[in-house]
Amino acid sequence: MAVEWYLVLSALLFAVGASGVLLRRSPLVILLCLELMLNAGNLALVAFSRSLANQDGQIFALVVMVVAACEVVVGLGLIVAMFRRRLPLNVDEIRSLRG
Amino acid sequence: MEEVAFFVGAIGALGGAVAVVALRNPFYSVLALVVHLVSLAGLFLLLHAEFLAAAQVVVYAGAVMVLYLFVAAYVGSNEEPLWEPIAGQRFLAPLLAAALFVELSVAILGTGLKSLGGEGATIPAGFGSPAAIGELLLERFLIAFEAASLLLLIAAVGAVVLAASKKEATEVPRGR
Repeated sequence: MAVEWYLVLSALLFAVGASGVLLRRSPLVILLCLELMLNAGNLALVAFSRSLANQDGQIFALVVMVVAACEVVVGLGLIVAMFRRRLPLNVDEIRSLRG
Repeated sequence: MEEVAFFVGAIGALGGAVAVVALRNPFYSVLALVVHLVSLAGLFLLLHAEFLAAAQVVVYAGAVMVLYLFVAAYVGSNEEPLWEPIAGQRFLAPLLAAALFVELSVAILGTGLKSLGGEGATIPAGFGSPAAIGELLLERFLIAFEAASLLLLIAAVGAVVLAASKKEATEVPRGR
């Protein structure tokens, strides 16, 4: 398989993730859509790593996975804190910075 | 054979991604993301990234998704309201995403990158194996490796601070 197939698939997955961030209003689902976009980037990195026979891209993808895990942990902590304080779990209703 | 495996993985990844966005219950969205991640791990195997595929299944589809499932079950499955804050948002957002896809594809396929076209360079033995990745991580990318571990520690401490139940926390009435 030529590398273009993987790159176009990666662009498609990124667009689907971006549309999810624009469409959905639950912070949990928005986090899931961020994961989709990060994974699309990972797919492009690994595809280039294969086509250039250079493993640096795979290390990059591994670091992206670590950063995604950190983002998930902090984001889910925020969601739990919002739920505890009885704030609405809807990103349109929590738009003021003042508590 | 490789083409068949690619298209099976691509359909799984794309179907999972669309289901994440389309399903209204967050719990089902998380399960759809697991399908997406496992399909993506299959594509990584096709690209000779064996260690990354294993890490994807074990760390992502295993650990991170269990965390998501716990939080989705904790906050409950509240369906999103149907009202739109911006008129026509439900039609504008996919349109914007389609425009983004076309733009990205044009940008990717229009570049003069050497790696485009053809099957790619021949890969050496042990490409993407745990041994090769571990050697790179501990020799050439040691600083990135240590920074990633520090970042994980900071994130873990931050999550505990954020989600810890404080007795003196002021309760804000819902709907404010």
